[in-house]
Amino acid sequence: MTSKPRDAATASSPLGLLLIAGAVATVGLLIVAPLASVFVDAFSNGPRAWWEALAHDPDTRHAIWLSLTVAPVAVIVNTVFGVAAAWLVARFRFPGRSLLVSLFDVPFSVSPVVAGLALVLIFGRQGLLGPTLAWLAVKVIFAWPGLVLATTFVTLPLVVRELIPVMEAIGPEEEMAAVSLGANGWQVFWRVTLPNIRWALLHGIVLANARAMGEFGAVYVVSGHIAGATDTMPLRVEKLFQEYRTPASMAVASVLAALALLTLVAKVFIERQLETESKELEAARVPGADTDPSTGGLGK
Amino acid sequence: MSIRVNGVSKSFGTFKALDNVSLDVPQGTLLALLGPSGSGKTTLLRIIAGLEWPDGGRIEEDGEDITDRHARQREVGFVFQHYALFRHMSVFENVAFGMRVRKEPAEKIKSRVDELLHLVRLDGLGGRKPSQLSGGQRQRVALARALAIRPRILLLDEPFGALDAKVRVELRQWLRRLHDEIGMTTVFVTHDQEEAFELADEVVVMNHGRVEQRGKPDEVFDKPATPFVMDFLGNVNVFHGRVENGRAFWHGVPIAYPDYPHAQPRPARVYLRPHELDIARAAPAGAAPAIESEKSLPATVLRQTRTGPITRITCQPLEGGGELNVDLPTAAARELAFLPGERVTITPRSVRVFLPDPEYVI
Amino acid sequence: MNTTSPSSIPNRRARQRTVLPGFGLSAAITSLMIVGLVVIPLAVLILRAASLGPAGFLAAAWTPRARAAYAVSLGASLTAAIISSLLGLLVAWVLVRLEFPGRRILDALVDVPLALPTAVAGLVYSTLYVEKGWLGQWLVPMGIRGAYSRLGIVLVLVFVSLPFAIRVVQPVIESLDKDTEEAARLLGASKSQTFLRVVLPGILPAVVTGFALALARALGEYGSVVFISGNMPFKTEIAPVLIVSRLEEFAYAEATAIAVVLLGMSLSMLIVVNVLQQRLVRNAQ
Repeated sequence: MTSKPRDAATASSPLGLLLIAGAVATVGLLIVAPLASVFVDAFSNGPRAWWEALAHDPDTRHAIWLSLTVAPVAVIVNTVFGVAAAWLVARFRFPGRSLLVSLFDVPFSVSPVVAGLALVLIFGRQGLLGPTLAWLAVKVIFAWPGLVLATTFVTLPLVVRELIPVMEAIGPEEEMAAVSLGANGWQVFWRVTLPNIRWALLHGIVLANARAMGEFGAVYVVSGHIAGATDTMPLRVEKLFQEYRTPASMAVASVLAALALLTLVAKVFIERQLETESKELEAARVPGADTDPSTGGLGK
Repeated sequence: MSIRVNGVSKSFGTFKALDNVSLDVPQGTLLALLGPSGSGKTTLLRIIAGLEWPDGGRIEEDGEDITDRHARQREVGFVFQHYALFRHMSVFENVAFGMRVRKEPAEKIKSRVDELLHLVRLDGLGGRKPSQLSGGQRQRVALARALAIRPRILLLDEPFGALDAKVRVELRQWLRRLHDEIGMTTVFVTHDQEEAFELADEVVVMNHGRVEQRGKPDEVFDKPATPFVMDFLGNVNVFHGRVENGRAFWHGVPIAYPDYPHAQPRPARVYLRPHELDIARAAPAGAAPAIESEKSLPATVLRQTRTGPITRITCQPLEGGGELNVDLPTAAARELAFLPGERVTITPRSVRVFLPDPEYVI
Repeated sequence: MNTTSPSSIPNRRARQRTVLPGFGLSAAITSLMIVGLVVIPLAVLILRAASLGPAGFLAAAWTPRARAAYAVSLGASLTAAIISSLLGLLVAWVLVRLEFPGRRILDALVDVPLALPTAVAGLVYSTLYVEKGWLGQWLVPMGIRGAYSRLGIVLVLVFVSLPFAIRVVQPVIESLDKDTEEAARLLGASKSQTFLRVVLPGILPAVVTGFALALARALGEYGSVVFISGNMPFKTEIAPVLIVSRLEEFAYAEATAIAVVLLGMSLSMLIVVNVLQQRLVRNAQ
């Protein structure tokens, strides 16, 4: 978002300075100070204590392992869903389409705790499918599948919401051209659609992954909060905090915070790519400007 | 490959894009679909390509019904209005795409792509991205890409619409030569009559989802079949007059019109092309009225506008009514040197009269 | 695609509006996920609450403790959403309109709350504001308790909802036509008049949208609040926390009833703000 020239003159006026000070104070106090204090607190007893808190506690190790297995599965499921749903909505017109689009956003307006509860009511021991699952000896709630379901629910809108506007901006003409050149469905997707949406897709994946690694409420409800079994990293942070082991809690929190920073860096990089591509798309829409007469027309 | 469109209709919601359209395109023809936007010409082109399905009617290629054949299997070369080049692929890969998805061997693809890039005069630009090309170059990549699959027919949607004037004229002539070289049945859509007349063997004028007229460019221009065609071909003076007793009247000026011998007067529309009018200085008051024949209309000069080799003289008929344009070669106009407010007489060399319905032409 | 018999064609054509492939597959995947993960679970939740009957539902959802929790949730969320909207407008304006060193970094930092796990935010905020914390050591003696208080709830809710308020308003300020402002200034309007009469009407719909998103996010938030609020019934217990504690007591009926009330709150809140926003957009035109 650097398209418009900014006002450097107003910025040095008293009002400008006041506004900037306000904005910096807002972000500084609300966002930067807490973020910085995670790392300060996590390393307050030295890097060694930090490392021991992470590596020598088997429950913490398990929590890290669990987060690393739950989040990617939820992200992969949401990637497949996001691509399919964006393709459906951006390329076809059918009855119920706008209702469907508003359903995509429902997970954003439902409290994660409510979502977790809904899953418990279906898959829990006294839930709708409880007896069936018990008979099959499959455990969903208080187990890995429940964590994946809850995480998938809360991250559901993230990929599809990134893709729909990008696919609508690109339009279906390239894909139509591919079809008329003889490409089948998968060839159209892999060779034309996917390369065109790759940065938007990556953007969605990065956001979904950050949310998946950090999800607390929904996972809290379905996990049963069993240390060494169903505690993910955010749940581990809370448990250590409740056990008055704040330094250890901060150590785990610092790993999550570092991951968040990494996400932001990736996000800024991807957004730059997206901006370049949307400018290219804009340029392709403008009637071809034949600025160079030597290459514009036909060579003599 | 010849194409036959047989009674094709298509609606989008309540909008009727095509209304029972039939059309034959003989093998090797270069045919233009000409019409204003919304006339259904692009829809018809897309239906021939299989990119849209008709609600009714059939499409045949060499007598074979291909209405239900998927676009993928139609072997049609389609050039999209905005080219729809694959943005992330190089020029080479764009052209190679159709052969790649057919899994043709790499060396065969290479030689065919090089051959095509040579044909469209883009040798050496295979490594560029579409965004690094000018509009005219993109257009030719789109054409090479469409030709790469060895299509049986070539369809172009407003092929020159997005180009600036100079490149447009150049590409037009080049495309005509290319067509003469490869002789492929070609249909293109345009809203620009100049483009249609210069390029095409045959012109089909469309309006409101129907074919208004079809013919060779000269036929269509000289013998417009309907008021719409006359109007659309543009540069025309239209007046409301009447017909009776084998004569049409335009501002009281009688014109022979044998198609309507009846005594009962009927309203009619009179069309005069600006370049088919003679204009002369009216005799000064009191002088012998030698120049004023009974077929001339007295008028006053309002203004002159020069557009290159043609000068347009806008006149106001003395007895009122709308303005009248007369086009003269600039050299002739300069010689006559009319001043605004001068009195002139205008004599039509050729007039077309259309009765509201049924339509007659003289 | 096979060539089918002519009799079946009209039907097929009516459905098929484009030659693009993949309608069936993408529709199948999408509906499987949406129905399986969103529609059925929420329907089960509502049906379960409905099965309590009106009296049973009221008894479960309208206890004094639950009512207090709704009040805390609503009060804290509204306060936080208002603060977020105001601060968000300030930050967005500065980011779009003013040039200063570090602007890009500030722009990137705005997204931290989206990427930072809420549990981490809750943990950090509570340690910052306790008596011995970085900020608490100054604030607590002044009587400002940022931890284990309603103020703490509002603080973390502002943290989690701030990016929504900023990111919705930012592109709208970006798209504002600066010429209009200059024209207003040339016509003799003061800076504040220009802002109130020319700029604000243009961005108000976006501010309201940002407010709605911030509110929806705040109402449902659990992870950060549970650390900082102390979760004292009748005082600092929010509705999501009450749901969890009922659930931990295996009081499913009560948890479900409260969840449905919370769901209704966030959905009706969104509808109200949607209507409001539509009116604003209409007035602006």
